[in-house]
Amino acid sequence: MASRTSGMNPVVTLLLQRIGIGFVLIIAISFLLFVGVEMLPGDFARNFLGQSATPEAVANIRKELGLDEPLLSRYLGWLGGMLTGDFGHSWANKASVNEQLFKRLANTLFLATTAALFAVPISVGLGMVAVFFRNKLPDHVINILSLAAISMPEFFIGYLIIFAFALLWPIGDGPPIIPSSPLLSLANVQLIFLPALTLVVVVLAAMMRMTRAAILNIMESAYIETAELKGLNMMTIIRKHAAPNAISPIINVVALNLAYLVVGVIVVEVIFAYPGMGQYFVDAVKVRDMPVVQACGVVFAGVYIVLNMLADVGAILANPRLMHPK
Amino acid sequence: MSVFVFGYFTMLIAGSSLAVYYKRNEAFGVLFTVTLLSMLFGILWGQVAFWTISVIAVSLIAAGGLGYCFRAYMVMLLPEQASRFMKSAPLTASFGMLVIIVMIVLATFADVVAPFGEREIVGDVWEPAGGDYLLGTDNLGRDMFSRLVYGAQTTIAVALAAGILSFSIGMLLSFTAAVMGGWIDQVLSRFNDLLLAIPTLIFALVVLAALPQNIFVLVGVMAVIDQTRVFRLGRALAIDIVVQDFVEAARLRGEGWFWIIFREILPNVLTPLIAEFGLRFVFAILFLSTLSFLGLGIQPPEADWGGMVKDNKDGIIFLVPAALYPGAAIAILAVCVNMVVDWLLNRTASLKGGRG
Amino acid sequence: MGILLQVRDLTIGATVYPPGEDPHDIEIVKDISFDLEKGRVIGLIGESGAGKSTIGLAALAYGRGGVRITGGEVLLDGKDILRYTKAGIRDIRGRHVCYVAQSAAAGFNPAMRLAEQVVEATVLHGVMGRAEALERARYLFGVLGLPDPDEFGTRYPHQVSGGQLQRAMTAMALCSRPDLIVFDEPTTALDVTTQIDVLAAIKHAIEETDTAAIYITHDLAVIAQISDDIMVLRHGDAVEYGTVQQIIEAPREDYTRQLISIRAEIRPEAPDQSDSLLRLENIDAEYGPAAKVLFDVSMHLPRGQTLAVVGESGSGKSTAARVITGLLPPTQGQVIFDGAPLPPALKDRTKDQLRELQMIYQMADTAMNPRQTVAEIIGRPLTFYFGLRGEERRHRVTELLDQIEMGDPFADRYPAELSGGEKQRVCIARALAAKPRLIICDEPTSALDPLVAEGVLKLLMDLQAETQVSYLFITHDIATVRAIADSVAVMYLGKVVRFGPKSKVLNPPFDDYTDLLLKSVPEMELGWLEQALASRKMAAAGN
Repeated sequence: MASRTSGMNPVVTLLLQRIGIGFVLIIAISFLLFVGVEMLPGDFARNFLGQSATPEAVANIRKELGLDEPLLSRYLGWLGGMLTGDFGHSWANKASVNEQLFKRLANTLFLATTAALFAVPISVGLGMVAVFFRNKLPDHVINILSLAAISMPEFFIGYLIIFAFALLWPIGDGPPIIPSSPLLSLANVQLIFLPALTLVVVVLAAMMRMTRAAILNIMESAYIETAELKGLNMMTIIRKHAAPNAISPIINVVALNLAYLVVGVIVVEVIFAYPGMGQYFVDAVKVRDMPVVQACGVVFAGVYIVLNMLADVGAILANPRLMHPK
Repeated sequence: MSVFVFGYFTMLIAGSSLAVYYKRNEAFGVLFTVTLLSMLFGILWGQVAFWTISVIAVSLIAAGGLGYCFRAYMVMLLPEQASRFMKSAPLTASFGMLVIIVMIVLATFADVVAPFGEREIVGDVWEPAGGDYLLGTDNLGRDMFSRLVYGAQTTIAVALAAGILSFSIGMLLSFTAAVMGGWIDQVLSRFNDLLLAIPTLIFALVVLAALPQNIFVLVGVMAVIDQTRVFRLGRALAIDIVVQDFVEAARLRGEGWFWIIFREILPNVLTPLIAEFGLRFVFAILFLSTLSFLGLGIQPPEADWGGMVKDNKDGIIFLVPAALYPGAAIAILAVCVNMVVDWLLNRTASLKGGRG
Repeated sequence: MGILLQVRDLTIGATVYPPGEDPHDIEIVKDISFDLEKGRVIGLIGESGAGKSTIGLAALAYGRGGVRITGGEVLLDGKDILRYTKAGIRDIRGRHVCYVAQSAAAGFNPAMRLAEQVVEATVLHGVMGRAEALERARYLFGVLGLPDPDEFGTRYPHQVSGGQLQRAMTAMALCSRPDLIVFDEPTTALDVTTQIDVLAAIKHAIEETDTAAIYITHDLAVIAQISDDIMVLRHGDAVEYGTVQQIIEAPREDYTRQLISIRAEIRPEAPDQSDSLLRLENIDAEYGPAAKVLFDVSMHLPRGQTLAVVGESGSGKSTAARVITGLLPPTQGQVIFDGAPLPPALKDRTKDQLRELQMIYQMADTAMNPRQTVAEIIGRPLTFYFGLRGEERRHRVTELLDQIEMGDPFADRYPAELSGGEKQRVCIARALAAKPRLIICDEPTSALDPLVAEGVLKLLMDLQAETQVSYLFITHDIATVRAIADSVAVMYLGKVVRFGPKSKVLNPPFDDYTDLLLKSVPEMELGWLEQALASRKMAAAGN
């Protein structure tokens, strides 16, 4: 209704709306991670110093870290800095967060993207194979294996892979894995083979199971029966009738599973001692270095939201009902 | 060529031929695929491959047999209605149930079962499996098997507590949202969307950095994060039922919300809810283990499966598989719960009312 | 004329998986035989579960879901297509035999333009080139009376209406000049005023192209207009098979006779209509500011009588019921019950006000909690309104079950163990349990098979005579109105276009909409379609 009155192409309106929601979401999350977390019981300064710290030491450190200023003004200052690309200073070593963050973010994106480039086509392909052989042997085998895979914790998969492929039959490098610069090189791609493989296994099963469900849903629609009763062969049915309608749900499946990738990459970095943002994040949590924790949290959440937003946009563009309104 | 290899291939080929002769296509597919793969792996890795395949096959057959017997046993023991329910369980689900029960019994009677104490240093560091120590010793020389049993206690108890808590919060909020509708639904749903937009681990890490480190905080954080998933499902299920005419009929009759939730809605969503509870339990186990593995969950020296992987991970480089045992324990428990859940979910899909 | 299709002793089976029982095989079609000559139409008629769609799909050698053709022959031009290879069957489908589904809205691929889908099979089977096929599609769109035939095919399915999609699907079936088309209830999902257009278009197109057809429906009046032969089916058996004339005018079997005589009786309307129990006064209602659905609706219902509210989908008749029950408070106007205004919102009404106003729904399936037994369903209002418990309550439940002609043995059953008619009866008993003075019946019979529906209507009338309860009866079916109403309100696009005693509303002089509505209802009479179209044309010329 609103789109009609604005006189703009409704798809454009819809896209702008999605992008707007994405930005609002990032701001809301930054608020939650900063203000919400500070409102939890417990005192940052005391946590940071440990329970045995004297009150004077706590008061000193509060002043030093600027914790005595009002919460809202600190949040706005932090938000302003973040929007201009300044994440403040670490409490632990007083160094600028930026420097570490951006270098490590690049490493993490390198690892995660490489994994995604393999995981997405393989899982969509396997999902299709499972549908094609529905209720036959390959479907059952894929079902059982994927059930096993989603039940295994990431670190178990990781150490199994290290145990088997870095030690017993060495075909890749084990921890620590430290990429050399420049990042985008064939040598580095080879280097991250095992961590990327771990990530692929972590994401693959869930993504494949959801792809299978999404395609099955489409194969059961009445228009597939219509196509069958037109005398089309299976390949034509899949190519002309199933595939165009499956793009949108598959994009959604992929987007949903990016969450596993984001979570998985943190654990994988710790397993392989890979200098990415995940490890930076976990180390900061251990010493309660809040500026680093919050910066990492917002960046991870932000990346995830942006990816979801892109997926939303893709799903809209692939949906004929939205692309060709009445 | 050894007798073993000869026997191995004879059995596979004979099995395949029999299967194809009696037109058991599925069995033939499995057997002949294994035969061909064995040849390939045999060339690559030698006799080890055959042993591995044999061990896997025998374990699978044993697991299937156990599941089969357990199902028959339960059907025999249980009263009429429950036994009919049990009859519909596939082998995977009944095997899963058996393992879950065994693990829970082991964990409950850990003091009796474990040969050594939880923190007792009994031998050298990373002694191999066998001998005095069933699964060898860990990085401090404590008995691995005893710690696994005690770890089961901690891991299952904490995961169960988090699962129950998240489930209760999620159900309460989602049913309230679905039945009340209007602005209550809007506020709860939008806030839930916001939490869902943050990947679970990220959220947990930030919150755990700000909170004191103890087991109640851990359970609470896990429950609050996970209730978002319960909320989403619960609301969807409840809305599905709420729009049905029989709920409208109850509202027109003047029934209160208590009757509507507990007598009209709940009985209709019970099976998917039990399945969902299983999924939440699995998630809680995996999540707790991941946190412990990262050093942010249960603190040493208390044994828990995720933490035990962390303690023993350095052994991997020396080909000490100590870190893999607790990992495998987590995986087995999770697989088993998932297999039971799978069955319940399939049942929901095929069941439209009626007795049972 | 040669024989195109011969069906010989066709038997079709399926495996069923009833909850709590072992799966077993059943026969859903038994030993069906018929012949179809080129250019003729055979109608298959029967209730749901009679196996009519299954037979229709067998003509394409297709079994839906777990359905298997277990015996017999389907000879197309003398060759048994059941013995064809997969490739052979593909060659038949879409080229020699085509299918028109009940729901065209779901049957079209949402991601493809209509013309592409219409010509797809024709081009693929090499019947004609793409350009020629598109030309033919445009011609067929014209024949079928679709608006702007040249441009129509460039649209996507969601951009056109349900009636237009149904015609587009017919065009798709006709495009390859097939020998045979299977129409599977093509007009069932449509409103009556749309149905008549689609029906006329299909009939015209069949005549024009000289195609043979199998026409499947549950409505004898529809089939009488379009087919040459009729086969009456019940539970998978052929009850009677003959020409249209013979079946309609001289049916041999009791079952066929029952189908034809349904609702022929017209209840005389009650004489005095002044003492009203329910009165709607100038009601306006909306679902949000952009979706206003009721405009100045007024009507009234006398005590112990029946008011029928008639209209097509989107007329606002169900919304009117929601306003009366308090689910949707009106933005303007008021509902007067027994002389006093009812509080507009449900939550402000007293228990007694709620008790006096009960409701029966269209889908009895979803109107009962599947996890409660019949005794619990009927017993709850007894406990809730009258505080009955234990033996007392059980006794009253048995009484109510007797009243709906079902009896005590049903008390412990679950809804899933009841037939469609039994479910609706239990819903009636639940409403009666509250001892109401008004029951709102929202299309209670439209999801039921005709004979079952007639039984339910008769029960409702008997109960009214017995208890003096009033009915507000919402329906889209004129025949039902004729059978049960005392007064009638005709609704169209949220307004009451006509209201009054049945004798006045259903007789001339008419307003335009009521005229169209009444003339669109198929009558069980040969040649009705032609007459109706002719009179419509005259009316159009007259304007």
